[in-house]
Amino acid sequence: MMAPGRAASETLMDRRDFFRALGGVVVVLTVEPAEGLQQAPGARSGAQQTPREIAAWLHIGEDSAITVFTGKVEVGQNIRTSLAQAVAEELRAPIERIRLVMGDTDRTPFDMGTFGSRTTPFMAPQLRRAAAAMREVLTDLAAERWGCSRERIVIGDGMVKGPGAAQTASFGELTQGKRILKEISDAAPLTPAGRWSVLGASRPKVDGAAFVTGRHQFPSDLRLPGMLYGKVLRPPAFGASLVSADLSEAQRMPGVIVVREGNFVGAAAPDEFTASQAVAAIRAEWKLTPQPGAGELFEYLKKNPAETQGFGGAPRHEAGSIEQGLAAADHQLRQTYTVAYIAHAPLEPRAAVAQWEEGKLTVWTGTQRPFGVRSELAQAFGLPESQVRVLVPDTGSGYGGKHTGDAAIEAARLARAAGRPVKVVWTREEEFTWAYFRPAGLIEVTSGVRRDGTVTAWEFHNYNSGPAAIRTPYSIEHQRIEFHPARSPLRQGSYRALAATANHFARETHMDELAALVGMDPLEFRLRNAKDPRLRAVLEAAAEKFGWSRRKKDPGVGYGLAAGFEKGGYVATCAEVAVDRATGSVRVVRVVEAFECGAVVNPDHLRNQVEGSIIMGLGGALFEAVEFEDGRILNPRFSAYRVPRFSDLPQIEVVLLDRKDLPPAGGGETPIVGIAPAAGNAIFDATGVRLRSLPLVPHGLKT
Amino acid sequence: MIELQVNGKTYRTSAPAERPLLNVLRDELGLTGAKYGCGEGQCGACTVLLDGRAVRSCVTPLRAVAGRAVTTIEGLAPAGGLHPVQEAFLEAGALQCGYCTPGMILSAVALLSRNPDPGVAEIVRFMDGNICRCGVYPRIIAAIRSAAARMRRSA
Repeated sequence: MMAPGRAASETLMDRRDFFRALGGVVVVLTVEPAEGLQQAPGARSGAQQTPREIAAWLHIGEDSAITVFTGKVEVGQNIRTSLAQAVAEELRAPIERIRLVMGDTDRTPFDMGTFGSRTTPFMAPQLRRAAAAMREVLTDLAAERWGCSRERIVIGDGMVKGPGAAQTASFGELTQGKRILKEISDAAPLTPAGRWSVLGASRPKVDGAAFVTGRHQFPSDLRLPGMLYGKVLRPPAFGASLVSADLSEAQRMPGVIVVREGNFVGAAAPDEFTASQAVAAIRAEWKLTPQPGAGELFEYLKKNPAETQGFGGAPRHEAGSIEQGLAAADHQLRQTYTVAYIAHAPLEPRAAVAQWEEGKLTVWTGTQRPFGVRSELAQAFGLPESQVRVLVPDTGSGYGGKHTGDAAIEAARLARAAGRPVKVVWTREEEFTWAYFRPAGLIEVTSGVRRDGTVTAWEFHNYNSGPAAIRTPYSIEHQRIEFHPARSPLRQGSYRALAATANHFARETHMDELAALVGMDPLEFRLRNAKDPRLRAVLEAAAEKFGWSRRKKDPGVGYGLAAGFEKGGYVATCAEVAVDRATGSVRVVRVVEAFECGAVVNPDHLRNQVEGSIIMGLGGALFEAVEFEDGRILNPRFSAYRVPRFSDLPQIEVVLLDRKDLPPAGGGETPIVGIAPAAGNAIFDATGVRLRSLPLVPHGLKT
Repeated sequence: MIELQVNGKTYRTSAPAERPLLNVLRDELGLTGAKYGCGEGQCGACTVLLDGRAVRSCVTPLRAVAGRAVTTIEGLAPAGGLHPVQEAFLEAGALQCGYCTPGMILSAVALLSRNPDPGVAEIVRFMDGNICRCGVYPRIIAAIRSAAARMRRSA
């Protein structure tokens, strides 16, 4: 029994003694504060153990408030909502009572980062297991309190009820605000999707009101007492190194602190404007080194292999014999496809506020990898990770673009020199120039097809853009598929869905070319080569909703489709384009996308992600490209780098296939991969012009 | 000293007259609802209302707002309450990361004050200077239409 008087005896017991004192009771309580969760001392990133005790993930306050701890971060994918749903479901508690602590390296268990569509398939089940284990604990406590069997305990609506009429207790009454150290079993009894009541339902963004009122504080909004604003001196081009810097004029400006540490030069001032002026007053001399230009990019990527594999994973796949497959074909086709570097351009640029207190560094920043940034900071300043804390307030988007801690390190460097907190917010131009880009890539495809539409051989080489979704989802007997890492002239990194966009663009364009080669309908051609029933299901669902078989052939109008699979999600996209040959203007006027990622967790938020992916994907499909020359970015502004706007919006219809029999997969990335090939194939349908480079029509259709 | 009227309150600032309104709102007055997005009036994240019209505060110098009424997202509805456009954004789920949201809402309010019943084409034309990188545009259009209907009913 956990009588209230018991707590006093807990104080000096070690954990083992306490187990013994409780005898058969499965609950272990300690008096450690719930706020004090720390990583194991000395534990290194990458070798972190997933904590097994409930308290690491979940805490119930005396007032029955439920606090959830996760190293994931919220950047607009609405996982603060979906993870709260997961806990509410398993704990049988109202979602309003649940609050998530996210991305705080002192308080949340280690997490690699918020990327790769891993939250829904991995973090949600982890939190569901923790909540289910907590439910078991509540059942045990209640059964003891009322001296009845566990089977007679019912938990619902955030209350625990026993067999007697007066036997009702809140969660907080039972756990008394203590940390619950019971181990989470891998076999914790999770509620099957067929019986979900909170999961599987559309729930609004949990703290939406804070966003529509401007109350939410994004990383760039934070202010600390005595805080200064920092700016960093940037080189004139990539590959430039600092020869000399005359800081004297900047140092003479009132209230300005100027910092030079190696190649780093920056200034902090009481306001942002003065900090910018100080940096502008620094006279620096740079040594430039020649950099490859955009004109030679694809040749450069092919001729400059990287020694490391990059991106992880085995990048080569072989099945059967390509030579045999080609020999068995009636037609062979060899084509080359390219994709440009594009920028994430998150509307909130990189931002960080850094504060040093007695040798401990605390940084609030917008990043998808709080623990990774903690490591970067520890390394940069020679600190143990236990002396660095990174907190990530819900951030103004990322799309894979906020993995690194650049702004965090800059703010910390300036704050250390200033002896006061410093905020660094990158300008849009800095964000477009000194962040990293989605890799450019060159893809060569050689294939063979029989007259009946069977693809017999498939050889696919991707240079630089990456191995994500490089394998074909079609059933082809003879395959050779290879990723070739290259030395990139520009800094590159993750982007929503990684190379799945590039690989789907090349693959689905090539499939379209093969269909045309044998004179088959593009849908029929794909279905002939698709054996995977989930792939067929999305193709059929999208085509049905789009009216593919009833499409009308009007001048200047074209229809295209594309399908694929990545990260547990299946997608098929149909697009209608309108092309004006006289002006070269191309508009995507209608898109139907079918998406299936197992059991749907929050239908409205999944739709939101699918719609958003299509719209974001339109930019890379049609017009987005980073222009560069001599190590300089030529279009680092929204006035020069076009992103999708209201006026680019097609009519969008989303079909969600809800597979309650399959575990949920992530939905924030894969829905982006279909729009580029679908649009390109539709342009071919409208005009007979085959486009094999992304963006497809940055300056309209030129023929 | 420049005198500013923001959300019905009077502020005095010693900031130079050329300083963008956005910086003063955010860093001096602590009104961080208006966001920095581009600094060139291209994205609309910094939108505020100036005498009821939507302006880009990142390219609006202080001198241009002296003696005029500035409304930021913080002042759109009485504390604890929501403007019908804010309600409509919540109901339509018209946000993902929410960074563009204050600017979107204030632009929408300005549109609806000019035309209480805008069609989709007019919404697109008016809102085209506001960027949402998450791509929530269709939901924002739906939210504006729903807010318009609600405001016309209660007008």
